[in-house]
Amino acid sequence: MEAFIQQLINGLSVGSVYALIALGYTMVYGIIKLINFAHGDIYMIGAFVSYFMFLNLKLNIFVTLALTMFVTAFLGVVIEKVAYKPLRNSPRITALITAIAMSYLLQNIMIYVVGPEARSFPQIVQNKTYTLGNISINQMEIWLLGTSLVLMVLLQLIVQKTKMGKAMRAVSIDAKAAELMGINPNTIISFTFLLGSALAGAGGLLVGMYYNTIDPMMGATPGLKAFVAAVFGGIGVIPGAMVGGLLIGIIEVMISAYGNSMIRDAVVYLILILILLIRPSGLLGKSNKEKV
Amino acid sequence: MKMKKWFFGVMSFSTLFITACSSGRGGEEGNSAEEDEAINIGSMFELTGSASAYGNTQANAVQMAADEINEDGGIDGQEINIEEYDTQSDEAEASSVATRLSTRDNAVAMIGPALTGPMQAAIPNADEAQVPLISPSATDDDVLTDEDGGVHPYAYRTGFTNSFQGGALATFANDDLDASKAVILGDNSSDYATGLTEEFTEAFDGEIVSVENFSEGQNDFNAELTNIEQTDFDVIFVPGYYEEGGPIINQAREMGIDEPILGPDGFGNDVIYDLASEENMDNIYHTSHFVLTSDDPDTQDFVSNYRENFDTDPDMFAGLAYDTVYLVKQAIEETGSTNSADINAGLENIEDFAGITGTFSFDEMHDPIKTVSIIEVQEGEEVGTSEVEPDIE
Repeated sequence: MEAFIQQLINGLSVGSVYALIALGYTMVYGIIKLINFAHGDIYMIGAFVSYFMFLNLKLNIFVTLALTMFVTAFLGVVIEKVAYKPLRNSPRITALITAIAMSYLLQNIMIYVVGPEARSFPQIVQNKTYTLGNISINQMEIWLLGTSLVLMVLLQLIVQKTKMGKAMRAVSIDAKAAELMGINPNTIISFTFLLGSALAGAGGLLVGMYYNTIDPMMGATPGLKAFVAAVFGGIGVIPGAMVGGLLIGIIEVMISAYGNSMIRDAVVYLILILILLIRPSGLLGKSNKEKV
Repeated sequence: MKMKKWFFGVMSFSTLFITACSSGRGGEEGNSAEEDEAINIGSMFELTGSASAYGNTQANAVQMAADEINEDGGIDGQEINIEEYDTQSDEAEASSVATRLSTRDNAVAMIGPALTGPMQAAIPNADEAQVPLISPSATDDDVLTDEDGGVHPYAYRTGFTNSFQGGALATFANDDLDASKAVILGDNSSDYATGLTEEFTEAFDGEIVSVENFSEGQNDFNAELTNIEQTDFDVIFVPGYYEEGGPIINQAREMGIDEPILGPDGFGNDVIYDLASEENMDNIYHTSHFVLTSDDPDTQDFVSNYRENFDTDPDMFAGLAYDTVYLVKQAIEETGSTNSADINAGLENIEDFAGITGTFSFDEMHDPIKTVSIIEVQEGEEVGTSEVEPDIE
């Protein structure tokens, strides 16, 4: 039982990162029906931005976190303006392909700029381990879980309680009608990219800190897993991304712990296929058919 | 489609042509150097491309060894001339460089490439031209084996194979650590790890109480380590590279697992200290082809010479490449001939070649039987080396 609870804690740590990334996927999809495959690489750039800030500026962790989120948010908005906005009226597949190209572009630019090798992340927080009986949780895990939770609550507040959030919800339901009501969809779309990319940047910093290693390819797999998490929870639904992320993390760890870690990734992608076949709108998705 | 047929036509014609040409020179039996000429030795490494970090140090070391030999009067009075080529980390390029060296440049032996893939691509051309090809660092078990399980007659390597060090680590765990229960945490999708795991399991006298797996690029090992923590064991064996080894050590030590961790030569990169963080690099043992800090005078000469020439510390790959040149020298001296087929026979029969990466002879599969050095790391410092003798049955 203790081992099980320990594994549950492990799973929550992994899952909270997936959740942070999945939120970006789901918000962008909710607004413009685009699966932004470059999102995982924004997370990677977030890790590198915070790495260089810790090394060169030596600011405290909260300031670095804020600055990293600011930089990735800006990057997300720029990518949207440069690569996706001109394609707003093209077929959806065009934007999707552009997103894949953008993902590889970011990866390869980073390989060129910083080199392909793994780097170790500076240790900012002294890692202490707290034990309760046989269950242990270390400070990094508390950071990871805590920061993710705070950011997710903040996001939920922004979306539900602010005017901007209300406009986001309006655009996601019907962009044309929202525009008639005096909402500028372009501003809202940029704002969505800004929020999503900021969260991904935070994820990058937290993962760098937690695992102590970063490299330019680190965004690829978590990006895909977060995408699966977003679909699992119901793409376009914000609480769905959180639930999906945490569940995928827990499922992965449980498979490694009690099954065979060889099939871990296979199971995650199998879940994607099953969800799409059985409940395409995801766990928390509304099951009404999309209007054509 | 038409285009393709045309292409294949030309290809098969040129293959016929090449075969006809090479069978024309079948009687010559390889290359030789005239008595008043320099002895041509090929150097073919990954000077550019993805493996250039390995290739350049090796090419440097080969040139340095040749210069040293020439300064000391050459081999039986004949100078060595190194013909250097870049294989661009590419298999096709490696294959054509091998042909060029053996047919146009009259090389009597070829040293390189660093990687398994290009080595495999170059071997058939070496066999064809009857010029020995020696890779310092292709460690994959099957590189030198042909499709029938026999050995390629003209292919060799100076580094020990992946699985060979697995056996050495098991012997070390048995005899030096007195371990009776081992846990293996490896990447079972890589040939490197499976070869190591197999040999370790075979040579370990105690019981393997648990085998956990991870996949390449994974950075969270808490699930596997939590499982391991629940079992009773004396030692953990991690067949993998430093990219995963570092985080595993980090997470294991943070979790409070303080049993010794054994690793292969893939741990031999200083980045592992950062990835694991220095205070966690404690009670770690890993194999190495070459120990920089060894007090062997030849090694010290090599290290200081290399530093002087290239302004950086040599790595184990440089050490292996350096040894390879002296290996060829010894084969030429022992056979008293510069004919490439004779040199090949000399290599095959070489006995107790004393290099800086260990003393060795080749087994029937052209793999070196040599001592394996195991480096011990305590509290973030390399504190010592143990030599494990090969287990020859």
